[in-house]
Amino acid sequence: MKRRTFLGGAMAVAVVGHGSSAFAQQPPIKIGMSMPQTGGLAGGGKASLLGIEIWRDDVNAKGGLLGRKVELVVYDDKSSASETPAIYAKLVDVDKVDLLFAPYATVPTAPIMPFVKQRGLLLMGNFSFQVNSKVGHDMWFNNAPWGPADSWAASFLDLAQKAGGKNMALLTADQEFAQNLALTARDVAKKRNIPVVFDQVYPPNTVEFSSIIRALNAAKPDIVYVASYPPDSAGILRAVNEIGVGDNVKIFGGGMVGLQFAAVMSNLGSLLNGVVNYNTWLPEKSMYFEGTKEFFDKYTKRAIEAKVDPLGYYLAPFGYAMGQMIEAAVNSTKSLDQKGIAKYLRENEHKTIVGPIAFAADGERKETATLQAQFRGVKDKDIEQFRSPGKQVILFPEKLKTGELISPFEAARK
Amino acid sequence: MFSIDLLLGAVVLGVLLGCFYAAVSVGLSVSFGLLDVPHVAHPAFLVLASYGVYQLNESYDIDPLLAGLAITPLFFLFGLLAYRTYHETFEKRGSDAAVRGIAFFFGIAFIIEVLIILQFGVDQRSVTATYIGKSWRFGEMRIPIRQLVAFAVALTLTALLAVYLSKTFMGRAIRAVAQDEEALRLMGANPVRIKQYAFGIATAVLGIAGALLIIVAPVEPTLDRAYIGRTFCVVVMAGLGSISGTLIAAIILGVAESIVLTLFGASWAPAISFAMLLGVLAVRPQGLLGR
Repeated sequence: MKRRTFLGGAMAVAVVGHGSSAFAQQPPIKIGMSMPQTGGLAGGGKASLLGIEIWRDDVNAKGGLLGRKVELVVYDDKSSASETPAIYAKLVDVDKVDLLFAPYATVPTAPIMPFVKQRGLLLMGNFSFQVNSKVGHDMWFNNAPWGPADSWAASFLDLAQKAGGKNMALLTADQEFAQNLALTARDVAKKRNIPVVFDQVYPPNTVEFSSIIRALNAAKPDIVYVASYPPDSAGILRAVNEIGVGDNVKIFGGGMVGLQFAAVMSNLGSLLNGVVNYNTWLPEKSMYFEGTKEFFDKYTKRAIEAKVDPLGYYLAPFGYAMGQMIEAAVNSTKSLDQKGIAKYLRENEHKTIVGPIAFAADGERKETATLQAQFRGVKDKDIEQFRSPGKQVILFPEKLKTGELISPFEAARK
Repeated sequence: MFSIDLLLGAVVLGVLLGCFYAAVSVGLSVSFGLLDVPHVAHPAFLVLASYGVYQLNESYDIDPLLAGLAITPLFFLFGLLAYRTYHETFEKRGSDAAVRGIAFFFGIAFIIEVLIILQFGVDQRSVTATYIGKSWRFGEMRIPIRQLVAFAVALTLTALLAVYLSKTFMGRAIRAVAQDEEALRLMGANPVRIKQYAFGIATAVLGIAGALLIIVAPVEPTLDRAYIGRTFCVVVMAGLGSISGTLIAAIILGVAESIVLTLFGASWAPAISFAMLLGVLAVRPQGLLGR
């Protein structure tokens, strides 16, 4: 377990020239978290951390919080659920941090939920999916745009049904996040009388997807809903390109993690065309709010140095937004009292660089802002193309929409 | 959902997948099977080789297979160095070398993983070649060309290695050191040098195997963990040190995995390799073609 204490903000404060004397007199406000910096989730974890670091530097440049410098205490959880309980116990009992941010992703977050609930601690969630649904912690606030549990599958199936889809195939990874997605997809399909003609759960470390795609093809589905994790998403799309999924497929994708990351997008290039997949932020006209452009200017510069995702759309701005919400809550309540901060977060709408955020009682967004977007006109081996609008056309939600679905899937791939 | 077409497709894809498993396991068959070196860093070496191939493909647009060939001499030297270090620090110091050797190779594997992360970052990397992402159509069936390439290269690689170990002087010396190190010493040969050379060859083979790994699927720094079980399973099931056994075991495993993935559900696939291993060991404790 490696400890990294970040002091970079001090330099920015010195340059700006205010707040530095107060910083010297008072201890910093410590925000503790684990973050996947190695292992399968590291690509996302590092980008998310950079977003949070940019917020820390910005807030310190403005004089910190309550006149105190903000310091991050970060440990690498190696993308592993078995590491996080011990890390969070240490953050609270040994490092005595003032506030907690959750690690990126569902798998490392799930095991710390009972701990924070038992201790009555505020936890800012970082892109977990439904980790609080059974725990019911009232001091949990997820920065992700997911919204109500079934909205993710519902929005995809809305598009699918409009395109004439009548039955569904489900291909999901055997892990927490994907299974949660699959569960809601089965529920929504049942409510709408959409028969599930193929339902396969594949284990992590599956090397070759050709056999699975052949079996999927044989079921002749109209709708293919995939909930996969980064190492597998590329393998699945490659196999789809080679084996084919049949002309009857109206829409393909839904919950493929990995297709939001620059390296994967660049590697897959034209194989992405036609896939409709979830996303959180895209460089489309409808997605720019106060501070969004400035954030990405900073991120783009620092991403090269930090060797993280050069685009950083998926997680980084939400890491920043998480900081913005804490900043607003601490400044408004003028305290670090976690119950007070939680109350503020629950009762107000928060302006962030990813748009306004309001929380429901379960700590998830009141309304979903998860995008369903279709890849169009993507060329091979060109990261820069993804900075322009039009490469991922937003189909949902209605108020952020920038185009219509092209269907069937095979037609959209051309 | 059973159909003869599906079964046939599963068998064909399984044979191709099996040959790929053979290619990534055959080096271990030499280092662990013949030399008794507890080489748990074998998959880490493999991933390192695929990053070497990636670098050459990305920077100079060299075909991944040629890039794999190009790094083979470097990997041979790397193998010589790794074995010499292992021998000096662990093997020659006592009878429990194997147990302590596991710690040594685990350490090496972690160091390689971290070095790859420092150099390339944590993202997935893949290569481009004309045969990646395309397929050949045989009637109703489509077969990924990258799998056919892996199949052909794997067959050639195992055949060459089998011929080398059985027909050449050095190959026979390697087999001799595996059978009776002491007898070889009494005949005036230096078993450590022979083992070092053999380990070099086992590592050099990974240059090509690493190319196949990144041709078949994208790689990321921790991918070695996915292969550690599979490669050891193939080598033990084959019968320690048997190169042709490695090919047969890998194909059996690939076909079984593919049939399970296609017809019975993907969740069962990881259990297949170890269930088959246990089954084979129960009937033939020495493995399929073991000594």
